[in-house]
Amino acid sequence: MYAFEIERPKSVDEALAALGAEEAQPISGGQTLIPTLKQRLAMPSKLVSLSGIDELRYLRREGDALMIGGGATHGMVAREAATDFPGLAKLAGKIGDPAVRNRGTIGGSIANNDPSACYPSAAMACGATIVTNSREIAADEYFQGMFMTALEEGEIVTGVRFPIPQASAYMKFEQIASRFPLVGVFVARFADRVGVGVTGASNNGVLRWREAEEALAANFSPDALADVTAPRASDMIADLHGTAEYRAHLIPVMTKRAVAAAE
Amino acid sequence: MSDVTMTVNGKTVSRAVRGNELLVEFLREQLRLTGTHVGCDTSQCGACCVHVNGELVKACTIFAAEADGAEVSTIEGQANPDGSLNVIQQAFQDHHGLQCGFCTPGMVMAAASLLKENPKPSEQEIRHYLQGNICRCTGYHNIVRAIMAASGQEVEGGAIAAE
Amino acid sequence: MPKDHGIGASSKRREDVRFLTGTGNYTDDINVYGQAYVAFVRSDVAHGRITGIDTAAAEAMPGVLKIFTGSDFEGVGGLPCGWQVTDRFGEVMKEPPHPVLAQGKVRHVGEMVAAVVAESLQEARDAADAVMLDIEELPAIVDMKKAVASSETLVHDEIGTNLCYDWGFVEDNRDAVNQAIKGAAHVTTLELVNNRLVANPMEPRVAVGDYNRAGDMSTLYTTSQNPHVIRLLMGAFVLGIPEHKLRVVAPDVGGGFGTKIFHYAEEAFCTFAARALKRPVKWTSTRSEAFMSDAHGRDHVTKIELALDEANNFVAVRTETYANMGAYLSTFAPSVPTWLHGTLMAGNYKTPNIYVNVKAVFTNTVPVDAYRGAGRPEATFQLERVIDKAARELGVDPMALRRQNFITEFPYATPVAVEYDTGDYHATADKIAEIADFAGFETRRKESEAKGKLRGLGINCYIEACGIAPSNLVGQLGARAGLYESATVRVNATGSLSVMTGSHSHGQGHETSFPQVVSEMIGIPEDQIEIVHGDTANTPMGMGTYGSRSLAVGGSAIVRATEKIIRKATKIAAHLLEASEADIELKNGAFSVAGTDKSVAWGDVTLAAYVPHNYPLEDIEPGLEETAFYDPSNFTYPSGAYACEVEVDPETGQVTVERFSAADDFGNVINPMIVEGQVHGGVAQGIGQALLENCVYDETGQLLSASYMDYAMPRADNVPMVTVDHSCQTPCTHNPLGVKGCGEAGAIGSPPAVINAVIDALHSGGFTHVTHIDMPATPNRVWAAMQG
Repeated sequence: MYAFEIERPKSVDEALAALGAEEAQPISGGQTLIPTLKQRLAMPSKLVSLSGIDELRYLRREGDALMIGGGATHGMVAREAATDFPGLAKLAGKIGDPAVRNRGTIGGSIANNDPSACYPSAAMACGATIVTNSREIAADEYFQGMFMTALEEGEIVTGVRFPIPQASAYMKFEQIASRFPLVGVFVARFADRVGVGVTGASNNGVLRWREAEEALAANFSPDALADVTAPRASDMIADLHGTAEYRAHLIPVMTKRAVAAAE
Repeated sequence: MSDVTMTVNGKTVSRAVRGNELLVEFLREQLRLTGTHVGCDTSQCGACCVHVNGELVKACTIFAAEADGAEVSTIEGQANPDGSLNVIQQAFQDHHGLQCGFCTPGMVMAAASLLKENPKPSEQEIRHYLQGNICRCTGYHNIVRAIMAASGQEVEGGAIAAE
Repeated sequence: MPKDHGIGASSKRREDVRFLTGTGNYTDDINVYGQAYVAFVRSDVAHGRITGIDTAAAEAMPGVLKIFTGSDFEGVGGLPCGWQVTDRFGEVMKEPPHPVLAQGKVRHVGEMVAAVVAESLQEARDAADAVMLDIEELPAIVDMKKAVASSETLVHDEIGTNLCYDWGFVEDNRDAVNQAIKGAAHVTTLELVNNRLVANPMEPRVAVGDYNRAGDMSTLYTTSQNPHVIRLLMGAFVLGIPEHKLRVVAPDVGGGFGTKIFHYAEEAFCTFAARALKRPVKWTSTRSEAFMSDAHGRDHVTKIELALDEANNFVAVRTETYANMGAYLSTFAPSVPTWLHGTLMAGNYKTPNIYVNVKAVFTNTVPVDAYRGAGRPEATFQLERVIDKAARELGVDPMALRRQNFITEFPYATPVAVEYDTGDYHATADKIAEIADFAGFETRRKESEAKGKLRGLGINCYIEACGIAPSNLVGQLGARAGLYESATVRVNATGSLSVMTGSHSHGQGHETSFPQVVSEMIGIPEDQIEIVHGDTANTPMGMGTYGSRSLAVGGSAIVRATEKIIRKATKIAAHLLEASEADIELKNGAFSVAGTDKSVAWGDVTLAAYVPHNYPLEDIEPGLEETAFYDPSNFTYPSGAYACEVEVDPETGQVTVERFSAADDFGNVINPMIVEGQVHGGVAQGIGQALLENCVYDETGQLLSASYMDYAMPRADNVPMVTVDHSCQTPCTHNPLGVKGCGEAGAIGSPPAVINAVIDALHSGGFTHVTHIDMPATPNRVWAAMQG
């Protein structure tokens, strides 16, 4: 790692003030950023650790939605969302490993927008709202391709508001080494619509499979996907773990399984 | 540099740390607690697992400054007050749950967290929980058996159970 | 009733206590007062000419003590190769120089070009970033067949070829094998890859060089499986430090699996720099560095043909293998695809005609050398896959085909130059059918099918050659080292004793199992016996631990030294008891006169040896310390039969190992608990090779699987409980313990069993066009194979 200073603000306001410094960068749980720093792929002059900000560590029910503070760890989501939103709780409970889940946060994951992160698929499928220190952004507008988001310099994710679906499930087909999703599909059924978010697969980052959403809205069953046009292989990631064709093949397979498992 | 104060294995320690100093570096280099190991640089192997405020954490993926004010426990603090092996450590010895010993501190700390959350885990639950702890020697067989035994469950398979 | 101590007891491991309490002493735990730190500047291109190294900016940075480049090593030796192979035309292999820091060219990603030594690690790494390398990139060569064909892109220009050697074994068999194949009733052919692996012991390598001006003494603390070998190679061939001025210490070592056998440039560098700077110099590998600097394993591309007669008897085996050496010859690299591979091609079978051809190839990749099994897994995989394929082609039961061709009479001289002393392959085949519950397989298959999964059963029979020896033979085969082992038994005045062994324990539990042997022989408690290892200053010259040799060779040396101790102690006892030496018996830690009640305790005899007041000084010297060097007369030949059951998800191609069973014949067993642990670990590594692990380069020589993000290590949920059995025992006939070695069996026996099971599962689902899937059988590969 390059040398840098670290600050540990206690409030969002203090954090924003600290982030005003030149080359300052926020760090939440650090489970992605710290390995990146070790590879010397980032060179901040100052890290502003959000891990000590208690006001960001919460989950609370807001009517038909679940509001999750940006500092909530995956472990907290896995435990505390289990009753209100079991599909999301199970997604969180399978991110990384227990130690990673005790540090990694939803805010950090959403801000980083790794093309293989799990949460963005749920945010897209549910039509979640990304809440920052200055505004609210719809998921469809927020995720802008691999590692690209609508966040501006110095803006931090303070929370994510998920409309709670009637039924949902996440199916992850793991890349065998990193255990990140090679393809992950989140299916969410609401009274008036169905959302299907796909992560890990596309060169354009997380996506919604709209043809499947329409078919499932009419008939929420795995069979409904039989003749639906699948995302094109030409848009898929190809790497040593999976060809584009294989990833494209897995999307309907995982979607069917998610529909079958939705609770 | 900034000053941190934390409780490590029950003892309060204060030191100056670099901004980029990882908790594992602080433990190994400043406190000379070398039982916590570093086996990778991508936060996957789990050899560095410690408890921070009672939670399992990879000490290579948290800055020392972020543990300011925390209660930290490491492998060096796990034995019984009289110095004898605790239940988990003893089960690892009894069931040959370690060979080279390098991953072992992380395994013991992970096992302790698991059993706190889930006092009677199944074989599959143990295997799932250990996803972030890599062992190259044992094939995990005897680690799983040791954790089963530490939780008071019967273990099958292997020389000891056959006796 | 199992024994509770001595040979055959599952004694608990004494070393566990320190490992379980965080008080082990691994090399990275060692900090020498005043130490500096080194950061290496490594090549990020696979092949190129060094046109400039600008260190000016880096030298001006804080804390920097010195920056070394290749020019600092002019006149210093290169890293030596410990085995010279002679090719099938009688020519010796090509052996290009292997510099400590790159000279003129870089030949693989990760090769060390410069080294920055600074006061702190942070300063060393910051300055290493500021070293400017000017490298004119050259086309890289990664594919072995292209490398052999190329005369333009050469890894080493001066040797004019990328072919290290073209080895034929046994060359005199060649024509007979060709004739036998031509006339055979059936020939099964299989082309396959034995995938490149990274050993990945969980402890990365570490080296601490120290220099004491007062005595002109250098000390190297290093993560090694064989400190004496490192001392000899580094002292005599690289740095020119006489052995009495060089001490090598390998303390607690966190796993080896072969990759810590070899002498590495970082070790030589730290020792060299400590002398140059008069400061201790420490290097701790990151895992990322380990991926591009630890010797890799396997990486063979093979075509094998198995010929059978009308009655399905094996009549000939012919194989052609391309073996990747990487960019330089690592310490024992040339021996792996030759003497550790070709000699195993008979397997468990009485095939009369066998010919093995191996082309060893230089490429722009990390050097390849021994990894758990080393050559033997490559041999077994070919043979056991082609037999399975033949059985399918012929429509016969795969185990029946194996049994029909088993060697049943011992000793058996194979057509590939080795003589098996003992074995009973039908016994382990019977045992595997029992413990793997072959009878219940069809029921389990139906249960899997009911869940929408395909289930397959794969079997494998293996033979292994351990404890490579004897020295005079291996010398003829090209070894530049002896392959004996040493032991000194030092008995203390009050009867406790220390055993200084040349073997090295890095997970094998020698500190527990070796005392069991001595305890059995003398009759004193195991806790009276201490094992000392890992330090050239206090152990006799020994060859270390690899190739499942420690008990068979090192343990035998301990037996020989202990026998000398007992002979001398018997003389002393005879004197004390005023009896004839011939009448003295040693039992349960006491010497007695046969047929009388006269006896003297072990401790009284040992005390007499050191306080020789009443002592036959005219006949024997005082003291009780003996050394033995044991050089075996032959390899040992463990064998066994393995069975694997997998489920394949036909929608995704995902393979899960549902059951795994291993029936091994290791000869006599000293500590069953430790033996079983070795099999568990070996099987997990074999499952890893078969389903998960793959070291991948792209065509420009960039390493794609450079961390655990892309190199899939087996984790707890990738492997099942393993059913093991070692009750079939045909003791080795030529070592005093009758032991054969167990360290590598699991890694040798499991990969073919897994792949055979995958193929069986696919055939059960109607995918009969799939005759082979290369390792690792990843979900993508299995799915693609099913698509046809």
